[in-house]
Amino acid sequence: MNGISRRGLLQTGVAAGVLGLSGMPLRAQTRGGKLTAGLNGASTSDNWDGRTFSDLFMIAAAHGTVFDCLTEVTAEGQLVGELAESWEASEDAKTWTFNLRQGVTFHNGKAFGADDVIESLQLHVAEGSKSGAQPIVAGIEEMNKLTDSQVQFVLKAGNADFPYLMSDYHLIIYPAGQVDEAIANGIGTGLYEVVSFDPGVRFVGRRVDDHYKGDSAGFFDEVEYIAINDTTARMNALMTGQVDAINRIDFNTEALLNANPNVRIQEVTGNEQYTFPMHSQTAPFDDINFRKALKYGINRQEMVDKILQGHGSVGNDTPIGPANQYYAADMEPLAYDPDQAKYYMQQAGLDSININLSASDAAFEGAVDAAQLFQASAGVAGININVVQEPADGYWSNVWLKKPFCACYWSGRATEDWMFSTAYEAGVPWNDSQWDHPRFQELLYAARAELDSATRADQYGEMQMILRDEGGVLIPMFANYVQAVNNRIATSDTIGNLWQMDNVRMAERWWVA
Amino acid sequence: MGNVLTIIAQRLMLGLLTLLIVSVVIFAAVNALPGDFAQTVLGQGATPEAVAAIRQDLGLDRSPIQRYFDWLGDALRGDLGTSFAQANFASYTGTNSGATTVAAQIGPRFANTMFLAMVTATIAVPVSIILGVLAALYRNTVFDRAANIFTLSSISSPEFFLAYILILLLAVLNPLLPPLSNIYDGMAFSERLEKSLLPALTLTLVVTAHMMRMTRAAIINLLASPYIEMARLKGLSPARVIVKHALPNALAPIINVVALNLAYLITGVVVVEVVFVYPGIGQLFVDSVKIRDIPVVQACCLIFATAYILLNLTADIMSILSNPRLRHPK
Repeated sequence: MNGISRRGLLQTGVAAGVLGLSGMPLRAQTRGGKLTAGLNGASTSDNWDGRTFSDLFMIAAAHGTVFDCLTEVTAEGQLVGELAESWEASEDAKTWTFNLRQGVTFHNGKAFGADDVIESLQLHVAEGSKSGAQPIVAGIEEMNKLTDSQVQFVLKAGNADFPYLMSDYHLIIYPAGQVDEAIANGIGTGLYEVVSFDPGVRFVGRRVDDHYKGDSAGFFDEVEYIAINDTTARMNALMTGQVDAINRIDFNTEALLNANPNVRIQEVTGNEQYTFPMHSQTAPFDDINFRKALKYGINRQEMVDKILQGHGSVGNDTPIGPANQYYAADMEPLAYDPDQAKYYMQQAGLDSININLSASDAAFEGAVDAAQLFQASAGVAGININVVQEPADGYWSNVWLKKPFCACYWSGRATEDWMFSTAYEAGVPWNDSQWDHPRFQELLYAARAELDSATRADQYGEMQMILRDEGGVLIPMFANYVQAVNNRIATSDTIGNLWQMDNVRMAERWWVA
Repeated sequence: MGNVLTIIAQRLMLGLLTLLIVSVVIFAAVNALPGDFAQTVLGQGATPEAVAAIRQDLGLDRSPIQRYFDWLGDALRGDLGTSFAQANFASYTGTNSGATTVAAQIGPRFANTMFLAMVTATIAVPVSIILGVLAALYRNTVFDRAANIFTLSSISSPEFFLAYILILLLAVLNPLLPPLSNIYDGMAFSERLEKSLLPALTLTLVVTAHMMRMTRAAIINLLASPYIEMARLKGLSPARVIVKHALPNALAPIINVVALNLAYLITGVVVVEVVFVYPGIGQLFVDSVKIRDIPVVQACCLIFATAYILLNLTADIMSILSNPRLRHPK
């Protein structure tokens, strides 16, 4: 991953935009043809309201195809402008000024301007709104329209990630004054306009003739997304050429895809992680030596091999993954070491210990098997894990956050601050390890408002180190995004790892070979 | 005839009673499942406050008995309510407008399921009756054995297995038919038919054995009767004896079995619809049970129960009408 150009470009986004454009692959990308994709995560209650998005199908159709945000993340992980051309922050990262792209029109012909941005963002903090992006927009103290093409945001507290957060898939821009109509019919500024949309069944989009992204993106004349929630049906559809691309392949029949010369498998490691949080304020988990014994007693590589069947990479007990900006890739990994585990057991004054680990496949597929592998590897060091198989129904209400040691998963967050303040900040509701570490907390606040990338890298590096050495969450593995395309479709060499399907932008980035 | 009308009226009243009982059983069963809509839909985000908020929004905090009678009151007035998923999605925006009703949600799905049932019936009913007649005609021959073995093994296999075998044979190895039945509004009839053919064939394999074997058994049963012997003694050909003399008298049990199987085509398509991604009521039903969306589950079950009741009633009436002794009881 190329992080150089992103670092140091935080305070002002002008150059980033230029870099993003010049970074387009120089391959022969032909315009024309159609992309048909089979995607899961569809439901009959799907609609074009950004506040309700939670699963892949609508994120791909809306965020990736019909609508635009202020900023976007490229496949290489750089932040570039989408509807915003450039942005600038005050010294304390509290006031942000966004210069909007001019000459952009919505699919219904309305010109895009500052009012659209303000009204679209306000939807998320409307009375009673349960939008997933509510916390992001709630952090904005005021939104000021400076000119038709300039918006100023004053934040409640400094946040260096603010432009990054504006690329969140909930925060799509609607035409002001026509929001209801735009939500009903799907009217955005994206590369494709809605031809037909049948919730939970299919979406068809047609390329807009004259788009501000010009010839640099959006190579298909038409795209069709078919809702296929059943994995086997998705595999069949790809194998028989009914669709050109599918998300989430079935590992059990992966060999069949490999044997098909017309199909390529794409595999990228993102931020999706499988975890075992423990209540680090409760005995015996409050003893750092015991936590260390557990860290050395878990066989991470074995879990990647057996639970993910090789489709993943080992984790180091930090929730920051390869799709994050300040991912500490060179941090020394934790390896399975029963002797070390025994040593830390002695340090904790323990000879052997019996603990319960609650698991259910509701946490992640293979969670119970993973817990049993853990049981076997930790048993050598005298840590006797009793795997409690919990019912899948009500797992998140009755087990997670309640039982002192259980299985869990996180799909990760796009920024370090977002991830940490969701689950690692002292006192937040989803802090599943009851994590409360003074130095960590201090760094969290400092890094949030820090505009200098080098300093932030150090701060986030140290935080990841703290979690690796002392943290209360075991993160043995990161699961890959594994998807497949047939040879009718060409893609660039770098596939986005923030989301499945090339950051859901396949309609924008792929083309007919 | 007045007699038949009385029976119809009686049976319809009984049918309504059955529907009422079904609704109670379904409501109790869905409530007995662990986890409710709020917990399931929130998943990892099911903190006590969030669960309580959704329960309050949807009225899930009322007692089950109160919820049932509120639902029943609305249903009697023809209002099946709004699905929890729709109502919950609408509440994200802070208003409860814009959610479609259960009836509007189920309508197009039910039409799709009926379409699949009709395509299947058009294939399955003639095929199984002809096979049954032929099997009776050539009973105990190789043909009879082969037909029996084939239909019995297909009915004995799970539906998804048959579906995958058909996909393998007709879509993967010989690409004749599409394995994806994603039909939608505005699709040309021929294309719709082509896309529905694989699920229809799968269902045909599932229902044929029952109808075929009943036809065969009913006819063979009659072949021992004196009037058949008489027909034979007259020198009629075996085919004529069976089609003209035996078949009309065997109609009652055959119609019964056909009606039962038609009901199955409406209620039993759940697995097949999921395998072929067919947007019918079965798939909606599965999704709704998964998230404990009681209004949709109730509505689907009522449709299933109504289909059974009406088709059974039709079967009974048809067998009365096809039997002079029942038509004119002493």
